[in-house]
Amino acid sequence: MTATTTTTTADATTSAAPEAVPVKRSAAMIASIADPGVPTTSAPFGHALAALGERDQRVVGLTADLSKYTDMHVFAAAHPERYFEMGMAEQLMVGAAAGMAAVGLVPFATTYSVFATRRAYDFLCLDAAEPRLNVNIVAALPGLTTGYGPSHQATEDVAILRGMPDLTIFDPADALDVEAIVPAAAALEGPTYTRLLRGQVPRILDRYDYTFEVGKAKVVRPGDDAVIVSSGLMTMRALLAADTLSADHSVELSVVHCATLKPFDEATVVAQLDTDRTAFTAENHTVVGGLFETVAGALVRRGIAKQVNPIGLPDEFLDAGALPTLHDKYGLSTQSVVDRVLGALR
Amino acid sequence: MTTVEEHRTTVERERHARVADAAYEIRMGVLEQGEAQGEGYVGQALGIADVLAAVYCDKLKYRADDPEWEGRDRFLLSIGHYALASYAALAAAGVIPREELQTYAADGSRLPMSGMKTYTPGMEISGGSLGHGLGQAVGMALGLRVQGRDDQLVYNLLSDGELNEGSTWEAAMSASHWQLGNLIALVDLNGLQADGRTDDVLRLEPQEERWASFGWDVQRVDGNDLEAVLAALDHVTETAAAQGVPKVILCDTRLANGVPVLEAKDKLHFLRVAAEEWPIAKEQLTAGHREAQS
Ligand SMILES: Cc1ncc(C[n+]2csc(CCOP(=O)(O)OP(=O)(O)O)c2C)c(N)n1
Ligand SMILES: [Mg+2]
Repeated sequence: MTATTTTTTADATTSAAPEAVPVKRSAAMIASIADPGVPTTSAPFGHALAALGERDQRVVGLTADLSKYTDMHVFAAAHPERYFEMGMAEQLMVGAAAGMAAVGLVPFATTYSVFATRRAYDFLCLDAAEPRLNVNIVAALPGLTTGYGPSHQATEDVAILRGMPDLTIFDPADALDVEAIVPAAAALEGPTYTRLLRGQVPRILDRYDYTFEVGKAKVVRPGDDAVIVSSGLMTMRALLAADTLSADHSVELSVVHCATLKPFDEATVVAQLDTDRTAFTAENHTVVGGLFETVAGALVRRGIAKQVNPIGLPDEFLDAGALPTLHDKYGLSTQSVVDRVLGALR
Repeated sequence: MTTVEEHRTTVERERHARVADAAYEIRMGVLEQGEAQGEGYVGQALGIADVLAAVYCDKLKYRADDPEWEGRDRFLLSIGHYALASYAALAAAGVIPREELQTYAADGSRLPMSGMKTYTPGMEISGGSLGHGLGQAVGMALGLRVQGRDDQLVYNLLSDGELNEGSTWEAAMSASHWQLGNLIALVDLNGLQADGRTDDVLRLEPQEERWASFGWDVQRVDGNDLEAVLAALDHVTETAAAQGVPKVILCDTRLANGVPVLEAKDKLHFLRVAAEEWPIAKEQLTAGHREAQS
């Protein structure tokens, strides 16, 4: 099997095969994360929010000059009277969302992950989380999902937010997860943060016996040789890697998907790791302060000595460039996962 | 014998022609980078080309062969996405080789799509997150002054979208509090941001009154009228440090200025242009420049 990412199609740019065109086009802001052969759904968040808005008049949408880039424009078109363009003022947007929640509305507010976390942290913490308000931050470009460079690569968004009490953190794997998270977030009383996948979003979990549940990790795929605890788009990559490992290498990889990173389903994850299988975590995030350390903490707390191999981003500012190049370089591509698993089993 | 008056107008005419040539060169550099990627923030970059030409090729104190020279003026690009305009200006100023523009936004290039200090000689700050420039400019202007170096000027180019951010106004207030006469803000009022027209996203006017009430010396010019831009810059540099008042030049610019095929497009925040349109764009730019010269 060849590296899957070199032919990734992008919705804002087309990247040709590298051998044909030496200068790869930059991912610009928005690049597709769909591997070849994986079907996609267009703007699942926008459509799910518009549908929720039909059923629940309290639902409102806010954005900070990024409605088109966060799929919020779908909600805006469906419910213009409940859509608020707040301008490129992320702190204001989060504060105002808290204000709306305080008077009985259910706000969903969008921007990019970097700005929601690095810029607006204080406002999310004190205005929304401490009063336990129903403020739902839906943040595009989590982790490494743009080639635009460190200003837009939210490699540490979970690390920033995990320490915030009462915040629920979702890391959807695909369009189905995104669609399920929208009503679930509205139904939760407190604040939520969702690592949004936007645009043409891959759809893969419908191939498995899986349903999203708040706060639950799920064994999406069983496997006797190795086990990978993953979240976000790395669950998609892990599932595709598992197919390759099974077909080409007779290795059966189990995939445990954590769509909710906080509160974390320690019981399920620890039970899966406390076996003699070779273990991995896989996250679209720096290895500092995210899924790997969450898992490590859960094991240590129970006195379980188990080696876990972290697949994730290095603790550094990442390059700018074309996203497929970067996913190969930093080990998030499907082929990289295959290689890591084979390397550890060898 | 030429009179003093005639000599002065000749000098002015030559200066104007030199800056106009630089603006043409910058616009061509922008188109070359746009063509290399097939897309990009081309409209903004063409719109701000005249301002950059005036700053880089008439005003800014720097050494092309030594971009880190201590005695230089600072030019801070707040708006990382305008990087291709800065790269073209840096090429026109001789800081980076002109051919390098071909690598814009390619893997491994020193010219990433979003401008960053760590990648490119002559870039003073790492942009991409908007609303960071003016605060750093305050620090540089103040820092130079306490070291007795306020003959060195600090320029910050902002976009109108950046006027949405509270941080910009925190810095604006601070600049007048600290009486930073060596600080010059250039604001590109192109009327556009990511979700649409600034008027629809977040109303910004009245701009002159807002900056003036924050204690700034305010001028508003047509940012695509070189004469007006140069005159405004002359005013700020002549009255710079001594006066103790920060200066802002509000520049009304037209997106894709100088290239009619691109001006006609409507989704101008991020332009996607068909391969066959780039040569047309370049021809139009050259034709327009020739006409203006004659
Ligand atoms: C803090 C921050 N929020 C959001 C963005 C995403 N963003 C990039 S450009 C842009 C529009 C900003 O307005 P302006 O610079 O005037 O846009 P332009 O004139 O280039 O269309 C936005 C919202 C960003 N880069 N930084
Ligand atoms: Mg603008």
